[in-house]
Amino acid sequence: METLERILAEHPFFKDLSDPYLKLVTGCASNVRFEPDKFIFREGEEADQFYLIRQGRVALQVFLPDRGSITVETLEEGDILGWSWLIPPYHWHFDARALELTRAIALDGRCLRNKCEEDRSLGYELLKRFAHIMEDRLSSTRLQLLDLYGVRS
Amino acid sequence: MVSAPDVHGKSADSVVNPMLPALYTIQRVKRETDDTFTLELVPESDRHKISFLPGQFIMVYVFGVGEVPLSISGDAAGTVLVHTIRAVGIVTRVMSRLRRGDKVGIRGPFGTAWPVQEAQGHDVVLIAGGIGLPPLRPVLYHVLSRREEFGKVVLLYGTRTPSDILFRDELEQWRARFDLEVHVTVDRAQSGWRGNVGVVTTLIHKSSFDPQKTIAMVCGPEAMMRFSALELQRRGVSTNSIYLSMERNMKCAIGLCGHCQFGPLFVCKDGPVFRYSHIKDLLVKWEI
Repeated sequence: METLERILAEHPFFKDLSDPYLKLVTGCASNVRFEPDKFIFREGEEADQFYLIRQGRVALQVFLPDRGSITVETLEEGDILGWSWLIPPYHWHFDARALELTRAIALDGRCLRNKCEEDRSLGYELLKRFAHIMEDRLSSTRLQLLDLYGVRS
Repeated sequence: MVSAPDVHGKSADSVVNPMLPALYTIQRVKRETDDTFTLELVPESDRHKISFLPGQFIMVYVFGVGEVPLSISGDAAGTVLVHTIRAVGIVTRVMSRLRRGDKVGIRGPFGTAWPVQEAQGHDVVLIAGGIGLPPLRPVLYHVLSRREEFGKVVLLYGTRTPSDILFRDELEQWRARFDLEVHVTVDRAQSGWRGNVGVVTTLIHKSSFDPQKTIAMVCGPEAMMRFSALELQRRGVSTNSIYLSMERNMKCAIGLCGHCQFGPLFVCKDGPVFRYSHIKDLLVKWEI
């Protein structure tokens, strides 16, 4: 657990989180690994975890019947994967698949949700940090939507 | 950025009349992607040989069709003039059908250059979007030819889909080097693609360079350059250390006709390479 706590403490996502909160988060954390091509989660499944990717690359995909799996974004070392555990109805909206051997720290979303309900300051701290990630991803998605490299008609 | 009043045409003819094209022959045509191709050109006569600085552009005339400004994608130290072109308009579509031995008219080189001298001793971050990679390739050739004179060198390249990736073989070679960090991303991909998916700006915070001693050169669609510059600023790179290559409707290429006017500037003469701090207010003006 000491190692996990150190890893979490050094990650930008948990930067400046107070020691008691960090210990609390560490209590909900575990090491996980995914072989290449394995799904980490599937669209529609219950979202009860999020992941801090330590190594590897993960594709966020959506399956279209006529086009197969389309990758809309990839995440890699240092990135945070998943926020649906935080927002009702707590179901994944995309598939997440490891493109290569991926090691991550999984954080138990249900455990954290309960702790956030009990301690709203912790909830606010985590929500602020996720809001920052959501803002980054939303900005990037908007740029993607512009299809900047397409030929202008 | 290097302003280059004395590099506008090293040839005698160009100095006398920058509007007079010199005759060049296509030595090689290479298909890069479905809509992009590379032409290698050699002069009909040695007196029409030109030298250029990375970032400058050439006016290429397809006889009977028209003239277009083209960035140079080859090595400034090389002996042939290399252009990598996307067939998007009338002239470039006709150009895409030209073959070895066909002739074109050449004027130039024109405009300002990437700040390769200023970058010496600094980390160098090159950010290319789509067809913005070719104008940056001469910088990479220059930097790699004197690698010890630069700090970390990072190339970030974003394009639409995996099939739109330019210079695949070279990218693989560059990626294999220990003294060069290369990241490629695409905006969308089928599941067979194992690389990055996401806009090129997302690569900036994942790259290792010292923002305090970095010179960044950015080339691609204007919105992509704007957002890349903002992300570089977020990383701590000064607006004075960021350079963009602008694209406008260049016609005369010598600041006379006004087609490429950009506020108080002419892209053909004052650019195409601009220091970001000089133009960032213009980039958000709708009227320009």
